[in-house]
Amino acid sequence: MNDLSRRKLIKTGLAAAAGVSGLGVAARMAQKYGLVPPDHGGIYGFGETLTYATQRLLTRHSLAREFSQSQISKPPFANEIPPLNDAYKRLHDGGFADWRLSVDGMVDRPASFSLTQLKSYPSRRQITQLACEEGWSYIAEWIGVPLSHVLDVVGIHPQAKYIVYFSIDSDWWDSIDMADAMHPQTFLAYGLNGNELPVGNGGPLRMRLPRQLGYKNVKFITHLTVTDNLKGFGTGLGSASEGDYAWYAGI
Amino acid sequence: MARSGSVQAPLEACAPGSISAVPTTSVSSRHSALVRITHWIATLCFFALLVTGIEIVISHPRFYWGETGNDLTAPLFKLPIPSSRALVPTGYGYVLPDQNGWSRYLHFQAAWIVVLTGLLYVISSLVTGHLRKDLLPGKADLSWRGFSTAIAGHLPFQRPGAAEAWSYNVLQRLTYLLVIFVLFPLVIWTGLAMSPAFVSAVPATVTVLGGQQSARTIHFFVSLSLLLFLLVHVVMVCLAGFKSRMRAMVTGRAGTDMERT
Repeated sequence: MNDLSRRKLIKTGLAAAAGVSGLGVAARMAQKYGLVPPDHGGIYGFGETLTYATQRLLTRHSLAREFSQSQISKPPFANEIPPLNDAYKRLHDGGFADWRLSVDGMVDRPASFSLTQLKSYPSRRQITQLACEEGWSYIAEWIGVPLSHVLDVVGIHPQAKYIVYFSIDSDWWDSIDMADAMHPQTFLAYGLNGNELPVGNGGPLRMRLPRQLGYKNVKFITHLTVTDNLKGFGTGLGSASEGDYAWYAGI
Repeated sequence: MARSGSVQAPLEACAPGSISAVPTTSVSSRHSALVRITHWIATLCFFALLVTGIEIVISHPRFYWGETGNDLTAPLFKLPIPSSRALVPTGYGYVLPDQNGWSRYLHFQAAWIVVLTGLLYVISSLVTGHLRKDLLPGKADLSWRGFSTAIAGHLPFQRPGAAEAWSYNVLQRLTYLLVIFVLFPLVIWTGLAMSPAFVSAVPATVTVLGGQQSARTIHFFVSLSLLLFLLVHVVMVCLAGFKSRMRAMVTGRAGTDMERT
């Protein structure tokens, strides 16, 4: 082996070592700052992690666009909903008087809220767009209680990293990180365009996240769990779709 | 000036008639390794984006203008195809399988790879002079005479002369510039304008386009333009000599003589 090729070999080796350790450091930093989505494994993990990390850095505090009253979609739109189960029908027949939202996990004071209780908290209304991953969209005025307010009432532990939210239909659950959970525009919506939230739009209670696509806005919410790890939920990919659909839906 | 005409420059010697001047085993390469690698990565990404883009469109083959649009809104136009969602009124009695999950994953992954590859290509093209030497048309080419010569040369669908195996003609240069600096940036921009999180940070991305549905419609037409470019590009490669052009883009060797029977 002559000098030149040895020098080349050493250089290449050093560059490779620097590259690998650089990636290692980047991965540790990304974990530390919450830039790695639960579905970071698998063949699409590379793109998914880049999208989530970039958007998280860019949008941690940014506000979704709000619209004027005149921009509200007419006629109001509601997407197809799956057949509702008996438990839902019973609550519906009782005017949702017995609808409960239970909150547990990493909280100081686990609680169960009635709709009346939720409506007694400071409400927020905002005219935002709901865009579906399929391509359609509508603008409506959503009325609800900020999720951060409910989380303050129960007192979440500082190590909390995700909020997992469940529909009364056990086929539907999803989760969000704390940046989205504490975001001022994220709320539990109970009203639409000045009325009660219609069944077709997820009434009586729907998770509303205007900075993510429609499928993260799970309908018929009955239960929230605060956690620092998604491994205990389904297969650990953070949502009922179990990796069929991207966990992060900001794009 | 050396750069007076794209077809001349260092290739005066290999104009038709003096073909013997082109060495059969040329050591200089037609396309640099970087151009070849980025070309094929972009090709793979383009096919991934095209297939997944079609799958995503199938879930709602209706297009609108402005901020919003849905099944209850009058569309700007709709594609005469069935949909993968039952709620969309298509006129077809059946619903296609839902492919949006993996399509969206792959669409954004391919988008990241092609954007990073494109940045590498553009930056290195500025540094190495590839952009200036090979893509910017010369002054003489930008005259009416330059255009008419290039167009007249294309009309009979003849194989281009040997010189064109070594350099792009003015129509190629302008088309590549349009694809690299207009269509690609526009398709990335309109794609980002559909991201609810991205536009929360940079609202102008969508507001200057007139709304999220306008962005989606423009994204569709820019994608169509890119597809049209791809088709014309492949036809041109075939007309110019598929084997020699492919060899040039794979190995870097031009070797025009091989196909000139």
